[in-house]
Amino acid sequence: MNAPLFSASNLRKSFGGIAAVNDVSLCIQAGQVIGLIGPNGAGKTTCFNLITGLYTPDAGQLAFKGKPYKPASPHHVAEMGLARTFQNIRLFKSMTALENVAVGMHAKTSQGVLGAILRTPAQRREEIKVQKQAMHWLHYVGIGAYSNHLAGQLSYGDQRRLEIARALASEPALLALDEPAAGMNATEKLKLRELLLQIRHDGKSILLIEHDVKLVMGICDEVTVLDYGKVIAQGTPTQVQQSPAVIEAYLGGLHHAESRE
Amino acid sequence: MNKLANRHQQIIGFLLVAVALAALPWVAGLIGNSWVRILNIALLYVMLALGLNIVVGFAGLLDLGYIAFYAVGAYVYGLLASPHLTDNFETIAALFPDGLHLSIWLMIPLGALTAALFGVLLGAPTLRLRGDYLAIVTLGFGEIIRLFLNNLNAPVNITNGPQGINMIEPVQIAGVRFSRTVDLFGIEVPALHLYYYLFLALTLLIILVCMRLQNSRIGRAWTAIRDDEIAAKSMGINTRNMKLLAFALGASFGGVAGAMFSAFQGFVSPESFGLMESIIVLCMVVLGGMGHIPGVILGALLLAGFPEMLRQVVTPVQEFLFGTVLVDAEILRSLIYGLTMVLVMLYRPNGLWPQRK
Repeated sequence: MNAPLFSASNLRKSFGGIAAVNDVSLCIQAGQVIGLIGPNGAGKTTCFNLITGLYTPDAGQLAFKGKPYKPASPHHVAEMGLARTFQNIRLFKSMTALENVAVGMHAKTSQGVLGAILRTPAQRREEIKVQKQAMHWLHYVGIGAYSNHLAGQLSYGDQRRLEIARALASEPALLALDEPAAGMNATEKLKLRELLLQIRHDGKSILLIEHDVKLVMGICDEVTVLDYGKVIAQGTPTQVQQSPAVIEAYLGGLHHAESRE
Repeated sequence: MNKLANRHQQIIGFLLVAVALAALPWVAGLIGNSWVRILNIALLYVMLALGLNIVVGFAGLLDLGYIAFYAVGAYVYGLLASPHLTDNFETIAALFPDGLHLSIWLMIPLGALTAALFGVLLGAPTLRLRGDYLAIVTLGFGEIIRLFLNNLNAPVNITNGPQGINMIEPVQIAGVRFSRTVDLFGIEVPALHLYYYLFLALTLLIILVCMRLQNSRIGRAWTAIRDDEIAAKSMGINTRNMKLLAFALGASFGGVAGAMFSAFQGFVSPESFGLMESIIVLCMVVLGGMGHIPGVILGALLLAGFPEMLRQVVTPVQEFLFGTVLVDAEILRSLIYGLTMVLVMLYRPNGLWPQRK
């Protein structure tokens, strides 16, 4: 078997006395869609922040494309080809949708101060490329019509899509999505599902945190379930759904609630 | 056809503005030479406001010590274009027996570079700070520079302390000294007007640089940092480098303005670089519209011209009405200044001429 695209082993992170992430290991093969689920406060987002360099892990190793990396700086992680979105949407609100996506291309472009001031041919070529590519990604996620709208003026679902477009613009090998369906209605979720399948079809790997079990079970190759910072199950969606530990911790609450009626 | 007509209109508009800007000092000179002086000072403030706009408006880093870079530029020029260094240091006097007479084309970049260096010096320790905390540190930095200038006359006399540096040489370009009226192609051009054209050229250059930076990869990165630093980092922006770049570039414009101030006045002292100056430049940026270049220029012109206007009007009007001066122009100025700021913040919180989106 090939070396995995991404692997995390024995990640650990504590805040004060609480171990938010405790001994978590993850492995993603190229082209896979991996789900990361768990009840609220299970440590999913903390896990994400460790992987993308916003937090420094207390212990554990991370590797991307076979090379270990120290997640000290988020911009370095982005340059490697690991792009992310945020659970609580973090768009650049004073910029247009197009400009937001253009910022996503920052790591893939190189023009500096002198190029900008002198408007060198290379800078102009790059700028045309940026505009064209950004427009392409807006169309790709289906919001091309809103390219000149301010990011903050878009509808909630479109803001989520814009975040995905911005992440895609850096041409990542692995796309990490933090609850992309949060707050979406059923139609929007369906469209999101199509988009995710399209992204996967175009050869990108996805790491997906999601609350919507149906969405996760439908598109993920493998699912990792977290509870209280620990991995309690790992496997195909069917395997995970049948795991007693998952039913206990994740679906168990629901089960009890139903039995009480 | 329509496009061509538009192009023609643009060219005509451009020419009209160019003629108006070129004629401005002559018109102002008709009223009095002091008005040309005011124009020149206003242009210096435009340069300063545009520089601060890069830090505050583009990158969103609140800087309350910006005038320090103006001071650095002014003292670099002051020291290198006056007999102060050769008078006080024998080694320098031995090296330059005729005194330091550097070309203006060397002095302007030198002022900009030194100020940029100080910009990085201020930026580096404050990278993790934002908002109020950054404001306090930058405020301290501004005061430190001023105090250094004030006290660096002992044990070695570098800045001549509170007395300041005197006898600074005026600008000299292509053999033309900007000190008295010169004969240019048969036209008698006063030195004040020469300075106006020089400042105008520099201001236009700075405007061009600002506009090009704003619409570039760098400008987008700054805006991204201003809007959401964590998201900016996650998009692959090296926020440390981008912030330092903003500090350095912003400071370099301040340095250029400082060097020009020094040459124009012929004298610099630490008094000119107090906290109040920093605040006034910040007010220009905020009043005009943070991050919007035309707005910032408007803010700078208004706040630089307004007190002078008041000074010219208040005393004569009171003398005419009451036969005596009841309220000093200076007091009235502070009052109106404060009131304007409060009203603008209440009714136009984004500035007088904000970015239209």
